[in-house]
Amino acid sequence: MSARRIFARPARIAAIAPYVWMVLFFLVPFGFVLKISLSQTAIAQPPYEPVFDLTAGWTAIRAAFAALSLDNFKLIASDDLYVFAYLRSLTVAMTATALLLLIGYPIAYGMARLPKRWQAVAMVLVIVPFWTSFLIRIYAWINILQHDGLLNRILLALHLVSQPVVWLSTDTAMYIGIVYSYLPFMILPLYATLAKMEPALEEAASDLGAPPWQVFWLVTFPLSLPGVGAGVLLCFIPIVGEFVIPDLLAGSDSLMIGQTLWLEFFTNKDWPVASSAAIVLLVVLLLPLLLYERLQRRQLEER
Amino acid sequence: MRKASRLSRFNIASLALGLAFLYLPILILVIYSFNASRLVTVWGGWSLRWYHEFFNDRAMIEASWMSLRVAVTSATIATLIGTLAAVALSRGERFRGRTLFSGMLYAPLVMPEVISGLSLLLLFVALNAERGFWTVTIAHTTLTMCFVAVVVQSRLGSFDRSLEEAAMDLGCDPVRAFLSVTLPLIAPAIVAGWMLAFTLSLDDLVIASFTTGPGSATLPIRIYSEVRLGVKPEINAICTLVIGLIAVVIVIASLASKLSSSQGESAAPL
Repeated sequence: MSARRIFARPARIAAIAPYVWMVLFFLVPFGFVLKISLSQTAIAQPPYEPVFDLTAGWTAIRAAFAALSLDNFKLIASDDLYVFAYLRSLTVAMTATALLLLIGYPIAYGMARLPKRWQAVAMVLVIVPFWTSFLIRIYAWINILQHDGLLNRILLALHLVSQPVVWLSTDTAMYIGIVYSYLPFMILPLYATLAKMEPALEEAASDLGAPPWQVFWLVTFPLSLPGVGAGVLLCFIPIVGEFVIPDLLAGSDSLMIGQTLWLEFFTNKDWPVASSAAIVLLVVLLLPLLLYERLQRRQLEER
Repeated sequence: MRKASRLSRFNIASLALGLAFLYLPILILVIYSFNASRLVTVWGGWSLRWYHEFFNDRAMIEASWMSLRVAVTSATIATLIGTLAAVALSRGERFRGRTLFSGMLYAPLVMPEVISGLSLLLLFVALNAERGFWTVTIAHTTLTMCFVAVVVQSRLGSFDRSLEEAAMDLGCDPVRAFLSVTLPLIAPAIVAGWMLAFTLSLDDLVIASFTTGPGSATLPIRIYSEVRLGVKPEINAICTLVIGLIAVVIVIASLASKLSSSQGESAAPL
C-alpha cells in the first residue's frame, strides 16, 4: 500500500471536528433563520411564534408546516424602505468597489514593480493597517472629518474654503471610510497576480512598438483579470452588508440593508422580518458568493 | 533594444500616496491621544491624561478584559480546529461532503457579518443558551477558524510532501509522521493563523453585538457606543493602546514567518 493511501484515512478523521463544528455553528443557524423568517411576530420572549415544536409529535409538525407564512417576505417586497435599502446597498457597493479598483490598481502595480526585497516590505506595510481594528480606523476618520477636525482646519488655513465644510454624515465620508477599510482587500489579490506576471511579456510588447498605455491595456490588464475578479468580489460582497461604516460616517436619511436589518432586529425587535431580510440579502449575494468560491477553488488548484 | 523601465515615477508616486492614505489617519490618532486638551482637535501640549482616565474607567477595563479572554480562547480553539480543517482539505483524498465542507469554510470569509451574527443569535436563542462569554467565543471561533484554515492550507500546499512520505517509509505511522515532520514545518503558519484569529476577534463588533448578553460587552461594543455619542479624547488613548498591542502581535507573527523563510520555505502569506 502506498504511503499516500495510508494518509487518506487520518485526513478524514482530521475533518471530523471542523466538519461537525461548521455544521453546528454555520449551517444549522441558517435553518433557524429560515424557520423564523417564516413565522409570525409575537409580543413575547422570543418575539416570534414558535413554528416547530418537536416535542408535540408528527401531527403538530404537519400542522406547523401548514401554518408557515410568507407574510414577512411579502412585507419586504412591498415596503419601499426595504426595496430602497437593497438598491442603495448595491449602488454603494458598486461605486465603492469601482473606486477601490481605481485606487488599488496603481498601488498594487507599483508594488509589483519594486525590487524583490522591497516588495516584501511593501506587502507588510499594506497588511499592517488591516490588522489594526477597523473601528479604530473609522474613528480616526471621524477625528479628521468632523466640523472642527483636521481636514477643515487645513482647508481653512490654506484659504481654500471660507467656512468649515460639512464632511461627517455625508456619503463622501462614507465612501472615504469604505475605501479606506477595504483597500488592503483590493490591493493584495491584485498584487498577487501582477507580481507573478512575466515582465518579458510587457517588454516584448513595447519592443514591438506599443506605446505604454497600449502595453497596459492589451497585455498587463487582461493578464491581471483573475486578481481583479478576486479583489472585486472580496470587496463587493461584504460592502453590500456593511453596517458600521455607514452608521458612523453616513447621514441617516437613507439606510443600507445592513443597518435596516440591525434596526429591525435590535430596535423594533421584529425578528421574523429581520430574518426574512437576511435571507433576501443572502439570495442577492448568492451569485457573487458562488463566483468567489469558484475563483478561490481554481486558484488553489493552480497552485 | 529599448527596455521597458521597471519602476516609473508614476509607480513611486502612487505607492507613496497609497501608503500615506493608509497611515496618516492612524498616526494622527496616536498623536492626539497624547493631547492634554479636552477638545479633541485643539492641541494643548503632551500629556498622559487620557490614559489615566482609561485606567480609572471600570467599564472600559472590564470590557477590555472580556475582549482579551474571548480573543485568546477563540483563537486557540480556532487554531486547533482550523488546522485540522486545513490538513483534511490538503491531505484528504476525496471524501463524502468535501465540496460542502470547503464551501462552509470559505463562505464566512466573505459573508456579511450581520448575517452570520443574526443566524448565530437565533441558534443560541433556540437552544436557550445563556448569552455571554461562551456564545461570543463560539461565534468568533466559527468565523476565525476559516481564516486559520486558509493560512495553514496555503502553507501545507507549498511544502514538499515527500518528506512526510519518507518518514512513513522509515516506519513512522501517519500520525507520528505528521507530528514530527509536518507540524514543525507548518508551525509558523499556525502561529500566524493564531495571531490573525486573535486580532480578528479583538476587532469584531457586529458578531459580538449579536451574540453577547447584557453585562458582558466587549471592548469594540463599548468603543462603538461611546463613539456614537461623539468624539471623546479617552477613546484616542484606548485606540492607541489597542494599536500598540496589535503592533506587538505583528512583530511576533513576522518573526515567526522570518523563522520559516530561514528554513528555506517561502513565508506564509499573512
